[in-house]
Amino acid sequence: MTPPPERTVPPRPRAGGRDGSRVPRFSPAERWVHRTTALLLGLCVFSAGCLYLPALAELVGRRALVVTIHEWTGILTPVPALLGLVSRAFRADLTRINRFGPHDRVWLRAALRRDHRRQERPAGKFNAGQKLYASYIAGAVLVMAGTGLLMWFTGLAPLVWRTSATFVHDWLALAVVAVLIGHIGKAFADPEARRGMRTGRVEREWAAREHPLWRPDEDLVGDGHGDGPGNGHADAEHQIGGHERRVR
Amino acid sequence: MNPNTGAGPDGEGTPVGRRLVLGMLGLGAGAMAATPWLQSGLETALGAVADKDPTGVTGLLPNGGGFRYYSVTSSVPHKDDSSYRLTVDGLVDKPAAYRLADLRALPQTRLVRDVQCVTGWRVPETPFEGVRLSTLLDAAGVSPRGKAVRFTCFDGAYSESLTLDQARRSDVLVALKLKDKPIGHSHGGPVRLYVAPMYFYKSAKWLSGITVTDEVRPGYWEERGYDVDAWVGRSNGRDDDPTA
Repeated sequence: MTPPPERTVPPRPRAGGRDGSRVPRFSPAERWVHRTTALLLGLCVFSAGCLYLPALAELVGRRALVVTIHEWTGILTPVPALLGLVSRAFRADLTRINRFGPHDRVWLRAALRRDHRRQERPAGKFNAGQKLYASYIAGAVLVMAGTGLLMWFTGLAPLVWRTSATFVHDWLALAVVAVLIGHIGKAFADPEARRGMRTGRVEREWAAREHPLWRPDEDLVGDGHGDGPGNGHADAEHQIGGHERRVR
Repeated sequence: MNPNTGAGPDGEGTPVGRRLVLGMLGLGAGAMAATPWLQSGLETALGAVADKDPTGVTGLLPNGGGFRYYSVTSSVPHKDDSSYRLTVDGLVDKPAAYRLADLRALPQTRLVRDVQCVTGWRVPETPFEGVRLSTLLDAAGVSPRGKAVRFTCFDGAYSESLTLDQARRSDVLVALKLKDKPIGHSHGGPVRLYVAPMYFYKSAKWLSGITVTDEVRPGYWEERGYDVDAWVGRSNGRDDDPTA
């Protein structure tokens, strides 16, 4: 599925209005990456359950079909993120997720101590936990895809490799599911975070509380400029867009 | 830092994310390399735990042991004493239809062997009991043109086949009992095939038809890439210990 082209977010009402207190968090492209990845990975995990758990297997049957679904959803899971790379907002968020600042260490230490006090949990647009989760799941999906391919195309590698691939695939699957449950649980616990992923916007107050070091107004997401491959002078527009916002 | 990332000051710092992704790839490759040692250690540990695990949770872990339910259809009808029939036909002199009582009245053979699935799981020393397939074939009188046997199942989709020589082996049963109890529905009961020396997909569940043919016709999984001659340890690119 190709993410639809980014479109300009309609200008926010300047004063009053319910939207006035909301700040852009995720661009449409980013939300489509998340949605399609969630759908593919969800189907992949569910079909894995139907192959692996006796109770589900007994209920669903249709083994050949379920195997096909599992193989294809699995191998396609990294695709939305790869397509998302054409989005400037998505690339910017990947950079944020990649880079750990000193505040992320503070956050992690507090998390390990189960310290929930606000001042102990400094975070930019993504907190350290989200960064670790995203990187871990990205690496895990690649390992699952690699080991999965070895089991799928049995001619690719000698038998020992395939046995090893099965072993790694099975155990990492458990670790992936555990972490996915954590991810979904966190989302369930925070309606505003879910709204951010659903609508692209979050309350300013929520942003200040959960991500105090994030400067939403300096974000690219909201201006709609320079997001997408067809935009030859993206940087120039970004400069202007940023300038306009500062002036406002 | 590159000012053009669009991430602002939030995008500065150590690239821990990239290291973690690469680390996962390295860990995956390392675990694959270490699998021969890891796996035997885990199997021993899990086996020991599974023996004292009343919840059965360990059975769900990889290499946790035990049978797994595989069906190729969405639902399988239940058959009992009154509704079950096993037909023997094709290139035979005397086609027949057996009821469960008929099968029980024939001489029974009990075999205790390991069960090896082509997907890797193995259940040690599992008793199967039933009628030797050769008994049914002899009773039907195989015509000289008969070279192979095709099996069909009342799930409506699964099929299997053996050469006549394979089918006449003394360790190929039309099984009525598993672990000394009548075979339950989820294990392919009331009657399933049991081909002791081959991977378990040859042991068709819910057996309802035996047809003698002039050549081997690949079965359900064999049309999907598995070997027709599925000797344990000598087929499907696997090297498990033989089960017979």
